[in-house]
Amino acid sequence: MDILITGLLLGGTYALIAMGLNLQYGIARIMNLANGEMLVAGGFAAFWFWTAGQISPLLTIFLVAPVAFVANWLIYRIMLRPLVKRAKSRGQLEVDSILATFGLAFVSVGLMLAVFGGDYFSYSHLARPVHILGDTYALNRLTAFLAAVVICGALYLWLNLSRPGVSIRAIAVSPESARLVGIDVPKLAAIAFALGGAVTATGGALISMFFTLDASTGVLFTLKALVIVIMGGVGDVRGTIVAALLLGIMETFVASAIDPGLTLAAAYLLFVLILLFRPQGLFGRRGT
Amino acid sequence: MTGTEARNLALAAVAFAVVACLPLAGSAYWLAIGVTIAMYTVLATSWALFSGPTHYISLATAAFFGVGSYTTAIGIEHLPYWTLPPIAGVLGAVLAALVGLATLRLSGVYFVIFTLGLAELVRQVIIWFQNVSGTKGLYVLTSITEAHIFWQLTGLAALVYLVGWAIWRSRLGFALRIIGDDEEVARHSGINTAGAKVLLFMVPGAVAAITGAILAPRYVYIEPATAFTPMLSFQVVIMALLGGTSRLWGPLVGVIPFTFLWEAISASFPNQTTLLLGICFLLIVYLLPKGFVGLLQAARKRVETREAWA
Repeated sequence: MDILITGLLLGGTYALIAMGLNLQYGIARIMNLANGEMLVAGGFAAFWFWTAGQISPLLTIFLVAPVAFVANWLIYRIMLRPLVKRAKSRGQLEVDSILATFGLAFVSVGLMLAVFGGDYFSYSHLARPVHILGDTYALNRLTAFLAAVVICGALYLWLNLSRPGVSIRAIAVSPESARLVGIDVPKLAAIAFALGGAVTATGGALISMFFTLDASTGVLFTLKALVIVIMGGVGDVRGTIVAALLLGIMETFVASAIDPGLTLAAAYLLFVLILLFRPQGLFGRRGT
Repeated sequence: MTGTEARNLALAAVAFAVVACLPLAGSAYWLAIGVTIAMYTVLATSWALFSGPTHYISLATAAFFGVGSYTTAIGIEHLPYWTLPPIAGVLGAVLAALVGLATLRLSGVYFVIFTLGLAELVRQVIIWFQNVSGTKGLYVLTSITEAHIFWQLTGLAALVYLVGWAIWRSRLGFALRIIGDDEEVARHSGINTAGAKVLLFMVPGAVAAITGAILAPRYVYIEPATAFTPMLSFQVVIMALLGGTSRLWGPLVGVIPFTFLWEAISASFPNQTTLLLGICFLLIVYLLPKGFVGLLQAARKRVETREAWA
């Protein structure tokens, strides 16, 4: 029970991060391997505001999100749009975008190392115990989870009910047909990419409340987010949430039952099982 | 074998014989550089054998390399040294086959993601195993000198080139070129695409593991953090892409300048290596998408068209 709830709380934050990547990969068709670095940058911002002025991460995210949105929009327009134009096929774009975002990831790690140094960053905010069903949990994990639920819910409603949201989902299904019904694909793809970056950076600010980050941890989060996106199905919000919760529980279980150093191995185990048995994602349909 | 091929083969043999004389020159500095270049040549060339025709970016080099290093570190106490590189090769090939069977039936993205974390995965498992069994890093104490390592790597490089040349001429090589052009077409013409890719992926897996096994005596002390350094995978990718993967000799053209560049970078800016590696990545993707080989081919084409006009 203890493991289940801790896992769910962790999974909720993972869902937010993976949602960001899913927006970027599912709609803008960019496999963004610099996603984890965006997360760490969000976490650093939260850390910085907390140590400098005791500003709660819950307020910081209102600044982090718009800044990350603009930064990611610029990244897409300047760096990735030329690759989209140059690519002759989807495979070509994938190879190019993987290499370009790798370069971007290294550059951002290098910049963060230069600015913040190679130390670990953690701060203690809302580190009070709370009691749920007889067990104790840290309040900061619970807060991060609730914030993630609110943001995921808002995103889900926006994607399903609003006009731009529906257009974005149409692009996820078929970029060619979306153009035929008058959707401005390049513009919305840039917005989806920027939104994905903003969501991920927000997730980073939230996760920094209870996770120790350093400049080079980004790649681990990128991997976890990728595993979640593939497990949940590309472009599938509901699948992403379920997959993130599963991964959170699995990791917590492995960390407490076997060894805390094996969390990536746990994620990989899930990944291999999905690849072998349901490569189309948990809720995906075969043959699409 | 045609006349040109025989001539190229003879030229290559002469080149290798000349290269093999490097340790006789007696300079420790140049020998160390030579070992580094030989190591990256072997790794980048075998990487390009798979990733060149298929366009699948493998980031698993560090994982295979680490497995090889550990094979030597663990095996040196029980077995004679000369048996270890072949054993490492077999282990590397088996690991590659397992990874390939899980991921290569699907789209390329899954493969990239899986190989990206593979080194970290193996590292975590080894650290966990060491915690459970209470051991720490391993010492590899042998009488093997830098010159021996250089000769072994040069021999391995020759082998890689021969294998690459043989694959290029074989049915497998032909099948892979079709897969690289259009996988759909390949499948419709009756090629077992997944099988061909898995088979080919075993080559860089085995070669990287053998390289790790050969280089283990150089490092003397083997521990997970150094044996599985993820930087190695990226350096190999960057060197191969810089040279160009469409020709067998392409990666070599990238390895030599990049080794010197990297020596200079890590000597003058030891704290900014990550940043500079990232910039190198971006420069290659945006300015040199086909590497030096592509540049050369474009230049040759321009000369030919000019001659045709004249």
